[in-house]
Amino acid sequence: MASIWEYANPRKFIATANRLLPWVGGLACVALLVGLIWGFFLTPDDYRQGSTVKIIYLHVPSALMAINGWFMMLVASLIWLVRRHHVSALAARAAAPVGAVMTLIALITGAIWGQPMWGTWWAWDPRLTSFLILFLFYLGYIALWAAIEDDDTAADLTSILCIVGSVFAVLSRYAVDFWNQGLHQGASLSMDRADHVANVFYFPLLVCMSGFVLLFVALVLLRTQTEIRARRMRALLARERMA
Amino acid sequence: MPDLGKYAGSVLSAYAVSLLLLAVVIVVSVMRARRVKRRMEEVEARAKHAR
Amino acid sequence: MNALLIRDLRLAVRAGGGFGLGLSFFLILVALIPFGVGPETELLARIAPGILWVGALLSCLLSLDRIFALDYEDGSLDLLATAPLPLEAVVAVKALVHWLTTGVPLTLAAPVLGVLLNLPWPGHLWLMASLALGTPALSMIGAFGAALTVGLKRGGLLLSLLVLPLYVPTLIFGAEVARRGAAGMALETPLLVLAGVSLATLALLPFAAAAVLRVNLR
Repeated sequence: MASIWEYANPRKFIATANRLLPWVGGLACVALLVGLIWGFFLTPDDYRQGSTVKIIYLHVPSALMAINGWFMMLVASLIWLVRRHHVSALAARAAAPVGAVMTLIALITGAIWGQPMWGTWWAWDPRLTSFLILFLFYLGYIALWAAIEDDDTAADLTSILCIVGSVFAVLSRYAVDFWNQGLHQGASLSMDRADHVANVFYFPLLVCMSGFVLLFVALVLLRTQTEIRARRMRALLARERMA
Repeated sequence: MPDLGKYAGSVLSAYAVSLLLLAVVIVVSVMRARRVKRRMEEVEARAKHAR
Repeated sequence: MNALLIRDLRLAVRAGGGFGLGLSFFLILVALIPFGVGPETELLARIAPGILWVGALLSCLLSLDRIFALDYEDGSLDLLATAPLPLEAVVAVKALVHWLTTGVPLTLAAPVLGVLLNLPWPGHLWLMASLALGTPALSMIGAFGAALTVGLKRGGLLLSLLVLPLYVPTLIFGAEVARRGAAGMALETPLLVLAGVSLATLALLPFAAAAVLRVNLR
């Protein structure tokens, strides 16, 4: 059995990603199509929320990926700092814009849902506020990557920023809870889902969530490949200039 | 088309905005992937030629 | 360590060190708020703690890029990095100097500016207490941000983008203490949490900042 660290070899990673990408991408498409069509066309309206309940199929999965995307970046940053695998640092870089878009989708769908339900586009509710802060963290992280020319320096600095940022993001989450008790309902999904979301909504939601996860994985694979190639290209160009 | 009732605008705009954002991130990623791949192959070919 | 502290303090106080600039900015900011929101004293009194906290935070931000930039340009940061003093201590001293030259004056000035905004009486005391507890954390987080951006040519704007989200917990708890103080409510919990956040920041961030500096000096 090959060790997982073999995939830290950029060539091996590109080859593996090439083999995986059609499958992951295709599955993501299928899951998203099935989940969203099922959710949009085939589920009943909620007796309180009316048809706005359909927004859940976008809101919850994107929120899930917003947080887990940051978590994936944290893990990749730690791996880079400990084992110095370039693929890991580049994967964190590749994931950041995708995570930021997921955060943005969660924020926008939340606002659109909140308008008819809470009577306001935006409330300074703990969950909304923490997502806004998370979005700011994504922006800072992406900006720092973009600002530094040397690849290894950028990888080191962004990794440390990611770790410090994670600590402060968690801290902000609790601070914001303390600061304002919110309107937002508790987690839509949990282990005892009996008192959360009814089955009619639950199954299409699960499909949508797996679709978002697969889409995230596919995008990160593709973008990591791109980053690896871009890095190799820069190295070759530098050598060319030297010669 | 299901009957969305009085919230049709909200639901449809949420779907439109989200799908648009997803499409943008996908298209940007794919286009950059193609461009970088092509340019890297060019540079690699040149590097081999020079040797 | 003392020598570094005294040297940096002298440099900061001397002309061009930006000492007093943050303070003037704070004054102008607070003076501008009533023009924006209107002169009703009740409204001003209600938002005063928050305005003063945000104002202090922004004034603090103003001088952050100076923490390492000058020493980086003339190469003395490289010397400090190879000195027997650990880089963590250098970072801590730099943050301390930043706090002494911005945090302390801001804390002392805030109650005076509170008068301008009609802050109710016991609020002044708690505003000072919360700023005294919170500004060290602001300086330390700022030093971390400054260390991240030290090698960059136009790091100032990026520095703000990186540092401001990190300021959120301190701001929330600090302003909460000041607000509750002004309203005469119980404030032990936010006060203790604010102190905890500051202490944890001071204890842990020097290591992160020093690690970042080492990368940047490589």
